[in-house]
Amino acid sequence: MSESQSSAARAPSSGFNFFHYASPQTFFPLAGKLLWPSWIAAVVLTLAGLYIGFFVAPTDATQGDSYRIIFIHVPAAWMSMVVYLAMAFWCAVGLVFNTRLSFMMSSALAPTGAMWAFVALWTGALWGKPTWGTYWVWDARLTSELILFFLYCGYMALQAAIDDPRRADRAGALIAIVGAVNVPIIYFSVKWWNTLHQGASVSLTAAPTMATTMLTGMLVMALAAWAYTIGAALVRVRAIMIERERNTDWVRQLASNGDSKT
Amino acid sequence: MNWESASHFWAMGGYGFFVWGSYGVTAAVIAAELFALSRRMTKARAQARRDVALERIDADKRGRA
Repeated sequence: MSESQSSAARAPSSGFNFFHYASPQTFFPLAGKLLWPSWIAAVVLTLAGLYIGFFVAPTDATQGDSYRIIFIHVPAAWMSMVVYLAMAFWCAVGLVFNTRLSFMMSSALAPTGAMWAFVALWTGALWGKPTWGTYWVWDARLTSELILFFLYCGYMALQAAIDDPRRADRAGALIAIVGAVNVPIIYFSVKWWNTLHQGASVSLTAAPTMATTMLTGMLVMALAAWAYTIGAALVRVRAIMIERERNTDWVRQLASNGDSKT
Repeated sequence: MNWESASHFWAMGGYGFFVWGSYGVTAAVIAAELFALSRRMTKARAQARRDVALERIDADKRGRA
């Protein structure tokens, strides 16, 4: 048992202590409890979002029904950026506090973030063809999102290539943190450069330019994407905890109890 | 209601290929991720159980020796 683990286990139980959950053995059951609420929220919100998107929101006056791609494209693009920032955040926390769980969180987020980046690119291409006449252009928004996808892939490939998990974590953290510069570039690319891509869909400062039902559908789908991402990351972080902590007492106990509920 | 019939719905005003191509592939990659996740968790748990079982066998052997 390592130092951080035993000290976390000894943390006083009176009141809520955030660092109490910073050790894998206490976070593992908590993550398990959060799983079902996440999955249920993801399913309910997806169904509601799809219903609004296909049956309530009207056909667009200029784009026809091709615009309905927005209900996955925008949430996926948002999530690809948010997940990357979360990854970089956990890597930074890990480097500063030297907490094992932070790096595990980061690794757990990467594949889901990469999935969202891929979905954003794929749906963008299929939306670009009918509206711009091309699947792909090397414009600032599209190119920087493609770079984001490669950053995810690079992070995962680097981690997979280094056997020692501590070194893999540190090397990965470097990519994650340096690559985070790309996220504001993606976000502001439509302002900074002349691009084919349209401006921000939602702005906190300006009045909405979309029909309310379209906006609602998109936001509900965005919440669904959040719930799904949380669920997927929690499952993966639990698997990573077992894989990495194989030789610790708490994993041994978990395995010998054969308890799949916790 | 936006759609006169099911076939209108699937046609998506002529953009069916693009709309369903987007939704279909998204559904497929999410399904693939969920499948990979559940496999990874099952494997991790199985490996941990094997470790414990092997340790017990070792302990038994040492106990008899």
